[in-house]
Amino acid sequence: MKLSEVKKILNADVIVGEEHLDLEVKTAFGADLMSDVLAFAKAGSLLLTGLTNSQVIRTANILDIAAIILVRGKKPSTETINLAKEFKIPLLTTKYILFETAGRLYAKGIVGCLEKVENNSVLD
Amino acid sequence: MKITVCSTENSLYQDSFDIEGGNFNKAGIVSTRIKSILKQMGLPADVVRKCAIVSYESEINVVSYAKKGVINLTVNPETVLIEVVDEGPGIPNIDLAMQQGYSTADQKIREMGFGAGMGLCNIKNYSDIFHISSEVGKGAHLLMTINIKQ
Ligand SMILES: Nc1ncnc2c1ncn2[C@@H]1O[C@H](COP(=O)(O)OP(=O)(O)O)[C@@H](O)[C@H]1O
Ligand SMILES: [Mg+2]
Repeated sequence: MKLSEVKKILNADVIVGEEHLDLEVKTAFGADLMSDVLAFAKAGSLLLTGLTNSQVIRTANILDIAAIILVRGKKPSTETINLAKEFKIPLLTTKYILFETAGRLYAKGIVGCLEKVENNSVLD
Repeated sequence: MKITVCSTENSLYQDSFDIEGGNFNKAGIVSTRIKSILKQMGLPADVVRKCAIVSYESEINVVSYAKKGVINLTVNPETVLIEVVDEGPGIPNIDLAMQQGYSTADQKIREMGFGAGMGLCNIKNYSDIFHISSEVGKGAHLLMTINIKQ
């Protein structure tokens, strides 16, 4: 699905990357913990998060995340916005909570960038 | 705590990058640099990705816990070596620090999205070879090897 469709489904505002709404995305990962994102998120996925600091953009850049969706109506700082511009990472914000954001995208065909973790990766 | 990681003779690239402890505004700049250097060298995407992740979690740890540090990047024909040496309190109990979920991170680190005790596990998981050592009161030393050919 195109990022413009994601924007429509989530009634989102585009903060950075209005010119990249043609981008195709198929998968997503949602977390407020960047170490979780680094452990599991795949290149080309959407990142759904409630964090708004600059490490979100840096993490997305390290992983080649396609676009970032800030949930719960979060507004990023100027520094975060500038970094997103510098790295050319689309940054959107939606009023929906993380659960609703994920659910609405899933219902329209976006799937997790992984379905579940391996047996040993949680308890070892 | 000087360790010679390889002979530089065959290495295709070698450079060092300084990291400032405590400066969260700059945390991640070095890893971003490293990522773009490796990408420009034409290394496979999964190798670049692993190197970027281990560099980034290491950089975050230096910024979070140490006074200052350096990342030494060496690209050999078959491996990428990422060595992180810092000056700081060091790690008193490495087994404990390596446990997923163990963390001494403060509120500031948590606000940045870190401090859940997963960093060193992530670094180990994305490395093909991982070494960690520390001298309490002096600093910590990490050495990660990422294979270019699987
Ligand atoms: N470079 C370092 N210097 C001193 N202590 C460190 C360093 N790196 C890690 N530690 C210690 O090990 C713990 C676990 O580190 P890590 O797995 O990266 O998780 P986190 O940073 O989320 O706490 C840290 O909370 C800290 O106590
Ligand atoms: Mg850490």
